[in-house]
Amino acid sequence: MNWIDIGHIDDIPLHGARVVKTPAGCVALFRTGAAEVFAADDRCPHKGGPLSEGIVHGQSVTCPLHNWVFDLNTGAAQGADEGRIGTYPVRVDGGRLLIDGNAIGKRSAA
Amino acid sequence: MTQKLVIIGAGMASGRVIEHLLDADPGAFDITLFNAEPRGNYNRIMLSPVLSGEKTYEEIVTHSDEWYAERGITCRFGEHVVRVDPEMKVVEGENGHVPYDKLVIATGSAPFIIPVPGHDLPGVISYRDLDDTNAMIDAAASGGKAVVIGGGLLGLEAAAGLKERGMDVTVLHLMGHLMERQLDEAAGYLLRKDLEARGITVKTQASTKAILGEDRAQAVLLESGETLGADLVVMAVGIRPETRLANDAHLDVARGIEVNAQMQTSDPDIYAVGECVEFDGHLFGLVAPLYDQAKVLADSLLDQPNAFAVKELATKLKVTGCDLFSAGDFAEGEGREDIVFRDPSRGIYKRLVIEGDRLVGAVMYGDTADGSWFFGLIKDGTDIEEMRETLIFGPAFQGGASADPLSAVAALPPEAEICGCNGVCKGQITSAIEGGATDLGAIRATTKASASCGTCTGLVEQLLAVTLGDGYAAPQAQPVCGCTHHTHEDVRRLIKAQELKSQAAVWQELGWTTPNGCHVCRPAVNYYLLADWPLEYRDDPQSRFVNERKHANIQKDGTFSVVPRMWGGITTPDELRAIADAADKYAVPTVKVTGGQRIDLLGVRGEDLPAIWGDLNRAGLVSGHAYSKGLRTVKTCVGTDHCRFGTQDSTGLGIKLEKHLWGSWTPHKLKLAVSGCPRNCAEATCKDIGVVCVESGYEIHVGGAAGMEIKGTELLCKVATEDEAIEVISAMTQIYRENARYLDRIYKWLARVGLDWVKAQVVEDAENRKVLAERFQLSQSVYRKDPWAEHAQDSTTRAQYAPLANLTLEAAE
Ligand code: SRM
Ligand SMILES: Cc1cc2nc3c(=O)[nH]c(=O)nc-3n(C[C@H](O)[C@H](O)[C@H](O)COP(=O)(O)OP(=O)(O)OC[C@H]3O[C@@H](n4cnc5c(N)ncnc54)[C@H](O)[C@@H]3O)c2cc1C
Ligand code: SF4
Ligand code: FES
Repeated sequence: MNWIDIGHIDDIPLHGARVVKTPAGCVALFRTGAAEVFAADDRCPHKGGPLSEGIVHGQSVTCPLHNWVFDLNTGAAQGADEGRIGTYPVRVDGGRLLIDGNAIGKRSAA
Repeated sequence: MTQKLVIIGAGMASGRVIEHLLDADPGAFDITLFNAEPRGNYNRIMLSPVLSGEKTYEEIVTHSDEWYAERGITCRFGEHVVRVDPEMKVVEGENGHVPYDKLVIATGSAPFIIPVPGHDLPGVISYRDLDDTNAMIDAAASGGKAVVIGGGLLGLEAAAGLKERGMDVTVLHLMGHLMERQLDEAAGYLLRKDLEARGITVKTQASTKAILGEDRAQAVLLESGETLGADLVVMAVGIRPETRLANDAHLDVARGIEVNAQMQTSDPDIYAVGECVEFDGHLFGLVAPLYDQAKVLADSLLDQPNAFAVKELATKLKVTGCDLFSAGDFAEGEGREDIVFRDPSRGIYKRLVIEGDRLVGAVMYGDTADGSWFFGLIKDGTDIEEMRETLIFGPAFQGGASADPLSAVAALPPEAEICGCNGVCKGQITSAIEGGATDLGAIRATTKASASCGTCTGLVEQLLAVTLGDGYAAPQAQPVCGCTHHTHEDVRRLIKAQELKSQAAVWQELGWTTPNGCHVCRPAVNYYLLADWPLEYRDDPQSRFVNERKHANIQKDGTFSVVPRMWGGITTPDELRAIADAADKYAVPTVKVTGGQRIDLLGVRGEDLPAIWGDLNRAGLVSGHAYSKGLRTVKTCVGTDHCRFGTQDSTGLGIKLEKHLWGSWTPHKLKLAVSGCPRNCAEATCKDIGVVCVESGYEIHVGGAAGMEIKGTELLCKVATEDEAIEVISAMTQIYRENARYLDRIYKWLARVGLDWVKAQVVEDAENRKVLAERFQLSQSVYRKDPWAEHAQDSTTRAQYAPLANLTLEAAE
């Protein structure tokens, strides 16, 4: 793992999201709880909706364009919809947000 | 041979060390014990019962002077150690030196003091030792106001104790809910409710700016500008390991004194134990791990092999009547599953967090009887696969019963109002049922409940079900979404009747089955709360669809559109120039005249929004709310100013109405129009609210639409003056805001409640019309403002539009 510091947890509103730009497009960081953050692709597999603009509830996000719902643990679309977004290791250390640079790097290679 | 052991700090950790040493080998060490406090070891965690008066200091002493004397321990109490010399192996106390063979540093931690102006005034106390406790007891003797800064364990225990002693107590907490490190939102909400019930005022998201006072603390000033009078200020915002001696002696110190698993510091003859240490990146603030450390340290000193390891922790709060329990990790991590149980009528909330086949965290409020059982499962890493379905019901349960879905209604007191139209409360309905009214029709006939607008029908049916039990088969109503069994109408009515003023309150009291709703119910509940409690509830942008959160319409390619307001469709050359300049500057691909008499800039990048808004604001242009479930446009025609048929100043009235209504949130979009004569060039009769001017005054029409359905309006009333028109329209808007389902436009809502009911409230009852218009005005005192200006000017909000970080360079390396 190669942890990269990308900011402070309070830079993301509770039940909100922010994006991190990478060479292969944006990765969205979702804050689902006081100290709980997930990282996943910002692009909806349906029609490319920006997931970081969706409503974050429980450990899921709803795409703002046509309401597909994704489980942030697995990246899988819920219910009848089929599709998956990539998820990436992220952790919170003393309030700092650390994302795994290796996983992000692989993403750009893929 | 007897070795000289010096211990600095006679606290809870070192106390345990001494007991273990004496048990194992009373002759091994000649012990000298320093303590800065002028006394020996007492049970620090019981200071809270001393503060509240439930215990005395004598009852919490663990080691008395005699105890030390009998064991031959040299006590130097009331004496600070000022220096440690590891070269010479001596400890320097205020009253002289003591040499050691082995040294134990057990200095605990010091309260963290936020360095705001006034923090050092007399009357500002922290909460750590007996002297602090006595100072608080003394202060409380003269009554008055106390402000406790910090809503964690210590702060809340202090607050409860001071309240118990008769002070008027306010707790300030920086975060959104109390004890956020141990509790989630729902449990934090219940805790707050219990504290408020005992008269403690709780303010969350409250940041202290300064403590004010001449020669002692008199008030606390918040960042928000609010000032709270205070005769006593207790700072309980956190602790920091007491590492000064170790630092000065050049031992390895990170946040705490670094020790290995044998509790040894970087100097092999110096050990450390308790809250002053850091082990493997961990700090400690509860006694359970310190007791483990004490055992390990005693073994190390006696050359017995042992190693300290970090274990899961459980937290309880020692405030009688606030039953909470939290253990393990209920927040961070991936691959987790939540199990939530709520019993609103008994104020119970339980949440388990499962990872794979293991329980990793538990939060409970109200009923914590199973806490230690869950804690055991967490600590032991027990495989819970077999009992997953019934786990939440605890060890005793093996059946699978679920919370009573009717409990929210069952819990209402008899005086709670069920039917707002006819002022019928629960008690009247239950007596009617007991008197033989066993169906909706009979209830309507005997009490009039649900006989008017009908929005309380669901509640009345639930009351029938609760009172009659199996004897009543309720017709199935559509719930809001999968998170709840309540209908929109029930949720609205219960928010009012139970005075629910936060989302957490709704989730808990109405028995939501998910931790914080979903994309369907959250926007609705957010709207209901802000419509009913404009002053108390704060709009939650994270519970809004992206358009309303970002104050722009999202496009299919993820860009946004920007539509500035043109009041009543009137603009000026300067405004048009500013729009043209902005279109050039931000390379806007499409500029379009909308169907709402204004101009749309389509294809603006999300990151540019605050900047383009700032530019438009400078030309006097504000948000057109083309994205909101709120006031959109007020379309006008030219009226008496220019038109040969005009009967009234339709443009002027349209502008007045738009200025009066803009910024307000409504259940769905709200569009108005004012036409200057019955030729109706502004298409007023297909708007949510339309005004048609005639010679004798103004006809007010409601319930039109021209989107998915085409609906002509119906006449609400006719008035003689502009002022009356504005009052009727305010009242109409407000009654719609207070009663309609989220996402029902006026025409859909009218189909449910009937125009006659609305007429009775808004037209026939002049007093009620006035009150409705006033409530609208009150809400507008909060919401009549330009969100663009706010977002463009506030640096934190503005930052939300930009990426959090840019890794395009780093990852490319
Ligand atoms: C920009 C505009 C079209 C235009 O170029 O003229 C427009 C654009 C949209 N309309 Fe509209 N409506 C626009 C005037 C209208 C009108 C005409 C009017 O207001 O006089 C109507 C019919 C009148 C009415 O509302 O009764 C209209 C009826 C709708 C509806 C159907 C509403 C209904 O209750 O039946 C929707 C869908 C909805 O709201 O759920 C809708 C939804 C939309 C959305 C927001 C679709 C969406 O959710 O993304 C469109 C955003 C496009 C974008 O990407 O920016 N738009 N829309 C007009 C903006 C007016 C303004 O200045 O604010
Ligand atoms: C009001 C209150 C309620 C609490 N409730 C709970 C609870 O419910 N559950 C729980 O698990 N924990 C609770 N705690 C925390 C618990 O009390 C501490 O974790 C524990 O006391 C720490 O033990 P310690 O030996 O490390 O430090 P301490 O008990 O603080 O002892 C350190 C001693 O070292 C002395 N000292 C410091 N520097 C010097 C020096 N230079 N020279 C000489 N002496 C020095 C200090 O005077 C102090 O007496 C509570 C704490 C407080 C204050
Ligand atoms: S009519 Fe349909 S396509 Fe056109 S703006 Fe309205 S919603 Fe979009
Ligand atoms: S693009 Fe996400 S649901 Fe359609």
